[in-house]
Amino acid sequence: MDTALLVETVIKIVVILLVFSALAGFGTYFERKVLAFMQRRLGPMNVGPYGLLQIAADGIKLFTKEDIIPAGVVPLIFKIAPVITAATAFMAAAAIPFLPSFTIFGYEVHPIVADINIGILYVMGMMAVGLYGPLLGGLASNNKYSLISTARAVAVFISYEVVSGLAILAPLMMVGSLSLLDINDYQAGGITHWIAFSQPVAFILFWIAAFAETGRTPFHLIANDHELIDGFGTEYSGMRWGLFFIGEYANMFFISFVMAIMFLGGYGDGSVAGAFALLGKVAFFFFFFLWTRAAWPDVRPDQLMWLTWKVLMPLAVINVVITGFVLMF
Amino acid sequence: MDHINTAHPYFGVFVLFVLTFGAFFMTTVIARLASRALAAKDTEKIKLSVYECGPEVTKQPNRISPQFYLFALLFLLFDVEIVFMFPWAVDFKLLGWFGFVEMLTFILLLAIGFIYAWKKGALEWHNIK
Repeated sequence: MDTALLVETVIKIVVILLVFSALAGFGTYFERKVLAFMQRRLGPMNVGPYGLLQIAADGIKLFTKEDIIPAGVVPLIFKIAPVITAATAFMAAAAIPFLPSFTIFGYEVHPIVADINIGILYVMGMMAVGLYGPLLGGLASNNKYSLISTARAVAVFISYEVVSGLAILAPLMMVGSLSLLDINDYQAGGITHWIAFSQPVAFILFWIAAFAETGRTPFHLIANDHELIDGFGTEYSGMRWGLFFIGEYANMFFISFVMAIMFLGGYGDGSVAGAFALLGKVAFFFFFFLWTRAAWPDVRPDQLMWLTWKVLMPLAVINVVITGFVLMF
Repeated sequence: MDHINTAHPYFGVFVLFVLTFGAFFMTTVIARLASRALAAKDTEKIKLSVYECGPEVTKQPNRISPQFYLFALLFLLFDVEIVFMFPWAVDFKLLGWFGFVEMLTFILLLAIGFIYAWKKGALEWHNIK
């Protein structure tokens, strides 16, 4: 094995782990600030300037909290479930190109961990494996709220897995490749080439499914606070609970990257402006997650199932068929 | 951006697997060590009991609505469909009319099954009683 390749891969992974762990922490700060401004409050202000050190305070608290394993849980599964959630969220990042390739000290860097040809399929598969975190954590918790939350999480996730899978089929038929690099290059010609304009239905469907897959607000019934305490995380405390949070926020960032690259042109032709455009699009999608939380109520589980199976899924299939006819003629 | 030319494209995935699981497992270990050293310990029995209303917890029946299993069955049906459709979608232009008609037949068969499940009421949310 090539040593240079190993060193390069490890450096890229360490950078991604550090950056997105920090971003996941800051995500909670952004969320509290955005929600506060939308409700005409100030949000966290006391710890540091504008409350910026709030995540440090939260981190210290999470690390030094008493390590509680409640009575009646299955200890091994209870302990590994949060690790699965956080780790699979980061593993999904392997096939995502975070920036266009750039040259540093005469060495060309590709900011993608593994340039595999099944790209988007791998990302969606890894996000699906992330479901095992809530599933195992809820089942091992010996708590009825956790159990109900787990059942809901599984039902919601697998339903929307169908929708998001069918939604990206239509763009894939146009592009003819699963690699996110090829999908990005397909849209390199500028704003008119974005897949969001040629496949608006697929874009909207995938966007809706992204909310369900990350468990964000219109579909936040996995951990619906007023019904299910904290859902599958009810019995968790300290850093184990924190890992669930890191996984959730990292997932939000990565699915924002996927949406920006698949539908909104990604980094375009790979210039510096394109790189900043990609980050701007990701920031917009992340902000939209928070905006929705401030503006929308939650739906009921039966409404959620009605929406996915009777509206979105048939729409996605029809979209695929129509795309096929348009491409054929 | 050009593709990376390497004989082992999945090598990065493997390294990522090892490093992420290692890093987050170590995070929980560090958290446990820190909390053992710093946090106040209090092993009162009631505190470790299940988070519930009332101090005395009885054994729970822990029933899940059978509706969830129905959705899981439907998911199996449609996810297998999508697994077949991914390779077809990637090679769509290559396969041409032949592949398209084949896939239309496949979708039609699944649509019949879907309509059957709909009419049977598998998509309604039933009362648990």
